[in-house]
Amino acid sequence: MSNTEWPLWEVFIRSKQGLDHKHVGSLHAADAQMAIENARDVYTRRMEGVSIWVVESQYVHASNPAEAGALYDPANDKAYRHPTFYNLPDKVKHM
Amino acid sequence: MEKDFEKIFQDKIDQEIKIEPKDWMPEKYRQTLIRQISQHAHSEIVGMLPEGNWITRAPNLRRKAILLAKVQDEAGHGLYLYSAAETLGISRDEMYDQLHSGKAKYSSIFNYPTLSWADIGAIGWLVDGAAIMNQVPLCRTSFGPYARAMVRICKEESFHQRQGFEILLTLGKGTEAQKRMAQDAIDRWWWPSIMMFGPTDDESPNTLQSMKWKIKRFTNDELRQKFIDVCAEQIKVLGLVIPDKDLKWNGSTGHYDFGKINWDEFWQVVQGNGPCNKQRLETRKKAWEEGAWVREAATAYAEKRKQKQAVTAA
Ligand SMILES: [Fe+2]
Ligand SMILES: [Fe+2]
Repeated sequence: MSNTEWPLWEVFIRSKQGLDHKHVGSLHAADAQMAIENARDVYTRRMEGVSIWVVESQYVHASNPAEAGALYDPANDKAYRHPTFYNLPDKVKHM
Repeated sequence: MEKDFEKIFQDKIDQEIKIEPKDWMPEKYRQTLIRQISQHAHSEIVGMLPEGNWITRAPNLRRKAILLAKVQDEAGHGLYLYSAAETLGISRDEMYDQLHSGKAKYSSIFNYPTLSWADIGAIGWLVDGAAIMNQVPLCRTSFGPYARAMVRICKEESFHQRQGFEILLTLGKGTEAQKRMAQDAIDRWWWPSIMMFGPTDDESPNTLQSMKWKIKRFTNDELRQKFIDVCAEQIKVLGLVIPDKDLKWNGSTGHYDFGKINWDEFWQVVQGNGPCNKQRLETRKKAWEEGAWVREAATAYAEKRKQKQAVTAA
């Protein structure tokens, strides 16, 4: 086995001009340039992308799934944030 | 405490909520997935070898370009799967090491040789066909990264099977010698292909747990039967025959009956005694060892550039 593994990179692809970059997977590469080239070969063989972002995985910070309840709970009881919360007469148009 | 976690976990599975890498999971679930996904990845990688054998000898430029693209896809499939397995806490090097040391298995089908061009047709039709039958339900497997990798893979697989079928179709319409070549390839690949679904249900003790965890959605025998039913119809279009004299439509079951599978051969190949086991593993090891200097040079170059950048920034 060789000395060290190349770092892991997360790959994000914009599938079409005007859309967000979306996470598609990860790969190993020695540096950012190689990560982009490998991402092109691995994730865009069928024109799945017009733009690629790569981020070294160690720099991604994530929320803890065990705390998901507490983290998102406060949003649950605020139905008034949604337009359907408001009852308006049918004759009101364009709203 | 552990019991509560297990209950929450199983509830999620029952409700078809995907498990993601950082979620709590039973150790056995993690280990089962690492084994299954890495084995699957190894199969994609080793699977390039029998077909790679024919790239330089494809009969024309169109076929060569197609075969190149297919083999490149298989490399991609291996990479998607390795990264899915890595989310479970095993490193890429560890997986390679397991493959090279013989500790990890890969699909036995790739231990058979590709003797003629028609084998490329038979592999596409039967081997990729069987793989697709296995893989389509895996798009709904309970572990998120595995399911997402499978969606990607399945999208790419269908051309693999179609190009293989087209090769056989062309040979089947050709000269007597070409027809014989196509039939010979089917004769050799048929039985190993239906063995790809693994041992019969009563010989696979882990299936029950895998189904409960929704890693698997169908049993080996269910998938094998589906595959045989489909192929028994497709072969008619080719005007060739499946080498099983017991293959026969059964009106009462609504399925094709088929002959006895030689499980002895299956276990022989699994245990390393297939026609190409040694050669396949040696080729992989050689590629890994002889590529070491490239990996090291790229690391050194990246390191050097990083230092240069740090100097200019200072
Ligand atoms: Fe594949
Ligand atoms: Fe394939």
